[in-house]
This record gives sequence, structure tokens and C-alpha cells, in this order.
Amino acid sequence: MQQSELMREGEHMMTVCNACRYCEGFCAVWPAMEFRRKFAEGDLTYLANLCHNCSECYYACQYAPPHEWEVNPPQTFAKIRAQSYEQYAWPKPLASAFRANALVVSLAVALMLVIFLFGATQALGGKSLATAIPRGDFYKITSHETLVLAFGAAGLFATLALLIGLVRFWRGTGEQVSDLTNLPALATAIKDVLALKYLDDSGWGCAYPSEKSSQSRRWFHHFTFYGFLLCFAATTLGAIYYYGFGWKGPYGYFSLPVVLGTLGGIGLLIGPSRLYFLKLGRNREITDEKQCGMDVAFLVMLLLTSASGLLLLVLRETAAMSSLLVIHLGVVMALFLTLPYGKFVHGVYRCAALLKYALERARKQTLGV
Amino acid sequence: MSHQDFRDLDVLVLGGGNAALCAAITAREQGASVLMLECSPKCFRGGNSRHTRNMALAHEAHIVPYTGSYPEEEFWNDYLRVTGGEGNQQLARMVIHESPNCLDWARNHGVRFQPSLTGTLHLGRTNAFFLGGGKALINAYYASAERLGVQILYEAEAIDLDIVDGVFRNATVRMAGGEQAKIAAKTLITASGGFQSDLEWMRKAWGDAVDNFLIRGTPYDKGLVLKALLDRGAESVADPTQGHMVPIDARSPKFDGGIVTRVDCVTLGIMVNKNGERYYDEGEDRWPKRYAIWGRMIAKQPDQISYAFIDSKVFDRFMPSRYPAITGNTIGEVARQFNLPVEKVEAVVAEFNRAVQPGTFNHAILDDCKTAGLTPPKTHWAQRLDTPPFYGYPLRTGVTFTYFGVKVNAKSAVLMKTGKPAENIFATGEIMAGNILPRGYVGGFGLTIGNVFGRIAGNEAAMAVREGRGALGDGLCSKVN
Repeated sequence: MQQSELMREGEHMMTVCNACRYCEGFCAVWPAMEFRRKFAEGDLTYLANLCHNCSECYYACQYAPPHEWEVNPPQTFAKIRAQSYEQYAWPKPLASAFRANALVVSLAVALMLVIFLFGATQALGGKSLATAIPRGDFYKITSHETLVLAFGAAGLFATLALLIGLVRFWRGTGEQVSDLTNLPALATAIKDVLALKYLDDSGWGCAYPSEKSSQSRRWFHHFTFYGFLLCFAATTLGAIYYYGFGWKGPYGYFSLPVVLGTLGGIGLLIGPSRLYFLKLGRNREITDEKQCGMDVAFLVMLLLTSASGLLLLVLRETAAMSSLLVIHLGVVMALFLTLPYGKFVHGVYRCAALLKYALERARKQTLGV
Repeated sequence: MSHQDFRDLDVLVLGGGNAALCAAITAREQGASVLMLECSPKCFRGGNSRHTRNMALAHEAHIVPYTGSYPEEEFWNDYLRVTGGEGNQQLARMVIHESPNCLDWARNHGVRFQPSLTGTLHLGRTNAFFLGGGKALINAYYASAERLGVQILYEAEAIDLDIVDGVFRNATVRMAGGEQAKIAAKTLITASGGFQSDLEWMRKAWGDAVDNFLIRGTPYDKGLVLKALLDRGAESVADPTQGHMVPIDARSPKFDGGIVTRVDCVTLGIMVNKNGERYYDEGEDRWPKRYAIWGRMIAKQPDQISYAFIDSKVFDRFMPSRYPAITGNTIGEVARQFNLPVEKVEAVVAEFNRAVQPGTFNHAILDDCKTAGLTPPKTHWAQRLDTPPFYGYPLRTGVTFTYFGVKVNAKSAVLMKTGKPAENIFATGEIMAGNILPRGYVGGFGLTIGNVFGRIAGNEAAMAVREGRGALGDGLCSKVN
């Protein structure tokens, strides 16, 4: 098979790195590299997705540009990651959504807003959108069934697309699907994910956004990640309340789903906004600028989701409720639909790469290497 | 930055690597105003320190990041063994005795350490590894120096020194823009490395063989400061042909190839010169103890080149290197790609294979696999080359650094030919390492010397300023285009 220029670049870089190994203490990429002597496309895809883009290695590198070998792991890995996102996307025709990602996401938001606005005006039967609804009962605008059906379908689609991508990625790195459920390795990987271990493997944080090591990226990613999880938990709990106990929303300000959602929403305000400003200050010599739109689009979507959600909560008994509901639902629907075709997939492949790393280490130990 | 900034300068440091930084930081911490001139652009700052990865430090207890203790006496004996008793033992003893303190000093100035790297376990007990290697070390020191207020100029190269009767007055400096300036200071610390990147100077020592040498490190170590010191009456130390020379891949760039160009397979196979002849016992001793001798031996072979041959039994037993092995299904196929006399190489390998005695191969110890009735013999790890595919690497002499430098005393003061120490000139790092290591090498010792003598030089310079010693130049900086 013809090796692409990008893969040649990756192979060249890994050949230099594997002969040097000074970065061994920074993160998982380097021990994983040392398990290998050859770097085929599957190896490079795996290592690139194992890379957390912390950039410590770049500043320590004696072969970084302008050295003639131009070793630039954060940038090369970023480019390979971007390629793998497209390569493993399902269904295939939608893979091109990664290229003009900000445009695709914007169009998705616009389209969803139009659809939900149309639905809302239908529900209101010609009354103004600025009509206050008693108790903030948003089911008057969108029925519970419609919500469950629409978001259930979108959620299922996104999950399916992400799962197929995951399996393709997993196979592409040379692993068996049965190993996706290796429990000890899963436990290790989950621990690494929850702690963001490799944004802080040395105990000094990482060289982001600038050369000086700092914990800020890790902390604000935590805000984002756990904010997302809390919102997810809030929604799940709402479903349990509804179907398990027949308790219908909207729930009170101090009910568990609302508290979880509020905390999550605050996390998704703090995290993505700070990550955005960190991103603005990063060293452009080591980024893949083509991905900037995708990165920012995802951060903005998370921000819009949390901001519109929190506003909706606070203003749900005012005349602004219907408009905010339309905006919130439109944004969340667009977020769901674009999850498999945007920055979100980094989490899926990163988790898979960490799982593979845990498996590889266990195998080496079994072999007594 | 205007040159006016350098009025009443206390300490001028020439150089930008480990030794220069240790000196500059120490002098600044003693309250002196310090200007450091690094002749390279910022991206390549740090001289050869950029390519290092550890320093050798004595320590009694098992402490992080070491795997065990390395008593001072053991360090001392390692030192005596490699130098054969040559070298200034008083200075060597000082460095080894002070070495345990380097770890905390480095940590306090931002350096992070890590356990020894995979494939270097034998160094885990004796050497402390910098997290990320030498460039990370110097990045930490530069950040520390900047925080303390050390002024730093890049692409500023001292091309001459005004020294009268052992008293430094000013340095002529070629600045980034190409203009020249004279920078005066009360004291001078020279930490500008060896001269190995000045190939014409190397030619004087080695003749035309130098055309086939590769310089593993920075292209900026041209020895300009060393030359100026010697021209102005400083006493020299060590022999210009001495330095650290190792076998590296012949395909490496002329400069700056660094660590990844080394090929560690010599002990695992055989080595032949361009005539296809073996010329030395490949199994004499372990890497890295006897690794360095191969650099010097290749330098003495015709066309300064050799070829290492191994077979697939041992291909995964050494660190991968930057360039791929040349492969073939027969020894002859590999030899042909090197343009070696094929039949000769095949005969040498056949003879070697016949001479290999039965034994139990163990690359971790000096094992009992050896040849019988072969000249030269291979005394350990001798296994037949009989399992295709076969691999070969072309190897040349890689010059890591040179030892020829200026003589210093225990206070790091440069000694003049008159026998007297210079009033206000100090030296640290490769420019004076030859006092301690006139030949041979202990891995990571160069950085230890740079650190210990850097701190001594920084202290002594600051003290000289306080005591008003030296010429205490007029403090003027003038342009002299």
C-alpha cells in the first residue's frame, strides 16, 4: 500500500524518537512507542490518539524545528488524529463533516433552531412565542413524547455512529473486539481517563498553552468533562423519575436532576470558556491549525448548551421561556447530531488508546519483559 | 536592548550551556549583575548540554531517582580507571565530593528528574536522568536565570578578549545584527565549551581524517573564547586530539545528530574496516565502558570508516537507531551494498564462525561465548553469524566533545603561563574539563564538572567583585563597527 506523506512523517518522527527516548517520563506515548520497532499506520494512529497534546515533549526536544529532522510530536500527532477521525467515521459520506466542521456545526444549529421554532409556533397555535407559560411548563411547547422520540433517536444515532467508529479504530490498531471488555485493562483506562493522568504524568501539569508547565488545561478539562457527565446524569435521572416514578417535570430548583444539571451547566460554562482562552494563547508552531474550527465549534456548542440551559432554568417562569427552550433544544439537538463528526470523538479514541495501552502493558508483564 | 544596559557589569559569562547557566545563576544569587552571551540563536541554545540526558553523582543512600547507592569511593575508582591516573586529582576529588549536592541544586532551579531510561538500567544507580533530557534541563535553568535577573543575549559571540597581565578588561562581541561591541565587566567567566565544531582547528590535530568525522553536538562550539584565552597568555591543558569519540552511523548529519545516531550493536557482531578486515576484539567489554574506544579506532582505519555486521538472532537486543540497517539474506549481499570486497568479508565471517566456541550467551554479563585461534579474538558474546537476514551498519567517528582547554585552579581561576592565576577570569565546563579528564570518559561526568565548577566560578566571580579585585574595567560599552 502506498504510504501517505503524513504517515511517512509519523514514521520518521517515531524512528528518531525511539532512538532517543529522552521523553520517556512524560506520558504513555513513549513507553508505548518503545514496545515497537516499526511504525505502520495502525501504530501511528494508536500513538497519535494516545497523545494528550500536552506538548512537554516538544519543548524538551533536541530535534524540534528548526533542527533538520523537524521532530514535532504535538503537531504530527494532531494531524494523524484528524486523519483517523475521518478515516473511522460512520457512515462514510458524513466523514467530510470533519473538514469544514465549524460550518457544518453552524448549519446544524441553524437548521435545528428553525425546526424547533416551527414546532413551537405550531404548539402555541399562533400565540406569540413571548407568552409566559404557567409554572414554566415546557411540555406545553414540546410534548414529552416528542422530546423522548426526537432526542432518543438522535442519541441512538450518535451512539451507534460513535460505537462503529470505536470498533473500526480498535481493529485498525490491530486489536480484537473481545478485548474491549478486558476488565482489568478497562479499570486502568477508566482511572487514567477520570484523572487525566497523562496531562500530569510528571506531577507538573503540562506545557499548555505555553512552555511553562501548568495544571490549568487539566483542571479546566475536568470542569468540562465532569460538567458534561453531570448534565448527562441529570437527564438520565429525569428519565428515571418520569418512567420509574411517574414524577413529571419541570422539577423544582432543589430537586436532584435540577441540582445535577445546574452544577453540570456551571462546569460547562467555566470549563469550555477557559479552555477557549487557553487555546487562543497556545504556541501555533505545534498545532494543526486546520483543526481550530473543529475545536472551537465544540467548545462553543458546549457553552451554548450550558448557557441556554441555565438561562432557561432561571427564566422558565417568564415570557422568555419559549424562546429559550427553542434555543436550548435546537442547540442540544445539533450537539447530539454532530457528536460523531466533531471534537467529541477525541474522547472516544483517547479512551480506546488508553485501554490498548493498559492491555499492552499487561501483556508485556505476562511475557516478563 | 541597548548596550547602555551593560554599564558597571559585574560578571560577564561567555557560553550558554549547563556550566554557563550554573555560573550565571550562582553569581546573580550572590548579588552580582550578570550578562550571559550565548552565541547560538535561542532555538539552539545550550551548546552540547542540549543533547545530554544525565549527570553522574555520588550518593550514599538509595534515594529517588536512583536505583541504588553510588559511594564516593566507587565514583573515584571509576574515574581513576578511565583516566589511568592522569588528570588533576585534587580537582577531580573536589567535583566528586561535591557531586551529591548537584541534585538538590538542580531541583531548586527547576530541573525535574526521572528514573533511568529503558535500555540504560546500568546507569540508573550512578546517574540522575533529567525528565525530558538536557534541553529540558537548560530550559529550566534559563527560566531560573531570567527570573533572577540574569541578562541574556543570543547570537552574541565573543570573538576576542582584552586581557592584560592576567586581568580581563573587556570582550569584543559580534552581536546578532552583525555589529561589534566591546563589553567590559569586572569579572569574566568562560564557559564556552570545546572547539570540536571548528573543523580547521580539528584538522591541525587530526589531519585530513577530520573530513570523515561527524560532530555529534552543537555546531557553535568553535573554541573562539578558548583561542582568545590561549592567545592572551592562559596555560593550556590536555591534548587537542583528546575528546569523547564514539562510533555513530555514517549517514548522520555533519553536526547536531545527537544521541540517536549511536549504534550499540558492535559487541553483538563483528566489525570490519573498508578492506573487509576485523581489527579489534568486539567483545572486550561492555557498552558503554569500552564503547568510546571504537570512535578513536575507526578514526585510525582507512578512510575512517567501519562496518558492523550482525545477524537476526541479536537484532532486537540493542537500542534502535536513527537509520535503518542495511539488510540481506547473505553476508555478501549486505557487504555488496557497502561496496566492500564481498569475498573477503564472506571469508572473514566464515573464519569467525569456525572460531566461535560453544558457550551460554548472556549480553548482560561478560559471558563465556568466545572465539579460539582467531586474531584478533572476540572474547565475549561471540556467536556465529548464521541466521538470515543479516544486518549491517556503516560507522564513522562521532566527536562528542574535546578536552583541550585552559588550566584552572581549585577556585576555577584560569592559570596563566606565568604560573599565576588570572585576577578576574574563571572557567567552567568543557573549556576546563580537560584538567580533570585529559582522556577517557565517565558517562554524565561532564555535566557534573560543569555544575560544580559553574557554582565555584559564580561564587568566586561574585567574591572578586565584592573584594574589588581585577581591573574593574571602565564599565563602558562602545560600538566598534
